[in-house]
Amino acid sequence: MALSSLPRPTAPALRRSTLEREGGSPVRTVGATVLLWLLAVLYGFPVLWFVLSSFKPAGDLFSYPLTMLPKTWTFAGYEQAWTSFNFAGYFTNTLIVAVSTTVLTVLASAMTGYALAKYQNWWLKAFFLCILATTMLPTEVILSPSFLVIRDLGLYNHLAGIVVPSIITATGCFMFRQFFSTVPNELLEAARIDGSNELTTFVRVMLPIARPIMVTLAIFSFQWRWNDYIWPLIVLNDPSKFTLQIGIQSIVGAQNVNWSVLLGASVISIVPLVVLYLVFQRYVMNADMNAGLKD
Amino acid sequence: MTPSAPGPVPAAVGTDPAALVRAPQPSAGRASRRRAARYRLAPLLFVGVNVVLFFLFFVWPAVTGLYYSFTSYTGVGSAPWVGLANYEKLFGDAAFYSAFGRTVLFAVMAVPLNYVLSLTMATLLTSPHAKGKTVARVLFFIPWLISPIVAGVIWRWIFGENFGLVNYLITSLGGSAVPWQSNADLSLVIVAIAGAWGGTAFNMLLFVAALRNVPTSYYEAASIDGASPWQRFRYITLPSIAPTSFIVILLGSLGAMKEYALLQSLNGGGPGTENNLVVQYIFRTGFQQGQIGYASAASFVLMAVLMAIALLQVLVNRRKEA
Repeated sequence: MALSSLPRPTAPALRRSTLEREGGSPVRTVGATVLLWLLAVLYGFPVLWFVLSSFKPAGDLFSYPLTMLPKTWTFAGYEQAWTSFNFAGYFTNTLIVAVSTTVLTVLASAMTGYALAKYQNWWLKAFFLCILATTMLPTEVILSPSFLVIRDLGLYNHLAGIVVPSIITATGCFMFRQFFSTVPNELLEAARIDGSNELTTFVRVMLPIARPIMVTLAIFSFQWRWNDYIWPLIVLNDPSKFTLQIGIQSIVGAQNVNWSVLLGASVISIVPLVVLYLVFQRYVMNADMNAGLKD
Repeated sequence: MTPSAPGPVPAAVGTDPAALVRAPQPSAGRASRRRAARYRLAPLLFVGVNVVLFFLFFVWPAVTGLYYSFTSYTGVGSAPWVGLANYEKLFGDAAFYSAFGRTVLFAVMAVPLNYVLSLTMATLLTSPHAKGKTVARVLFFIPWLISPIVAGVIWRWIFGENFGLVNYLITSLGGSAVPWQSNADLSLVIVAIAGAWGGTAFNMLLFVAALRNVPTSYYEAASIDGASPWQRFRYITLPSIAPTSFIVILLGSLGAMKEYALLQSLNGGGPGTENNLVVQYIFRTGFQQGQIGYASAASFVLMAVLMAIALLQVLVNRRKEA
């Protein structure tokens, strides 16, 4: 905005923050708000259209003219998805994988991050570099040999075969390392003087203050595992062990896609994460994902 | 605490971090020696789980994978050594070049799109002028929660050739249906759009954190000097968030090179095999045709490319900073 359009700022006006002085500019408020909502609608619309379509009877999905709202609301697609595809089973499997991986990831990452932040050993520094290197070796790059490792460990076709390799995460280790670096050493020292051993100190003193980081990583981890596709696809063979994503993709891959079931199944698979996000929004928005990149 | 077991109390706590783990003097009692040993062992206990996992799922697969890439291993039985044959065959395979070419094209479309969108959103969400930010934020976030598989289903539903919403709108306005699925380039564009749509929110988080760290005094000074909003963005915001920009572009490029699930559900790498990207190629040769050795060779070429991309971007970033 051009300053010339304002009355010359007097001394007290200058002392007020820029934000306050400009908050009253109607042109900019309208411009920014319109742009924000244009984008928000663009982002939200595909989901809305998809969800509304899932309540249409199978016959109306392709009948012209297309309507935004279903003419008659039905849950037929949902019922079919839940019953005909062993969806309840897929749902349970996905939940087992996501929950157990999340718990283990949070614990392992917290312990690793703590060690990296609070102990000075040459081999810890070396291990930190190793964890950095894992970001260059994603699942997709070592797909076939990783599969052989799973097979040789006897984890093929077990849910554990998805859980165990997913526990280690560079992002998680960085987040905790960053956080524990900000915890004053005096706290650790005081616990030592009080005769508390290292593990007790970690569990009783350090973990409780790291709760926000734990929740944040838990949400991210849960989302990653809930949506995983390529790894479960390789590890699982028995349809009774399938996760939601593989189940949905099997409907997509069919010769004739049953859209009614596919829409229902897809919406069911989204619901838990949306609920989780709405409950823990605060943690997601305040997640400083730049952690570990600053040094 | 018992006086018989004095812990190693550094002279100035907190000034010398190394003092925390320095073993006490040998003249100290047995108890403190035991404790000193514990200081050395404790971190080992803490990182133990991840160390084991690291060797099992990174080092071991990487080493065996490299070995298999020089063999004609099929996953069972012996692994006959074939030297560089896999790599020769790979660099003579038109399908492999095509997969790489399409993947690069995909990245060139998806990464800038994602960058611009996520930075725009972060700017709007931290702007004092925009109204209704809380609800808008939720709308921005939902696509990130949706898995690549379901995102593919959603975009396929909207850009279906015979039944999709977009073609329906075009035809009802008197246009002719657009071949979103049967035209290879168009269908790759849709994948790029869907990818950007799903990946924006995470990058937006990075940008929001970065934008909040730019001191307001900079903007105040610029306002007083009569800088326009665009000038402020160009000369204050962009340089201040350069490190985050670098990360977003780096992670975005690496992610785009590994695209698989979204593509599988959106168009299956079609039409035909025209849009088979690199990971699909690896998956097909390794798991569907059982050529583990050959697929491992393809994997290592992909890894070399990923590293080259990362290195290139780090170097460019360094030069800009210098």
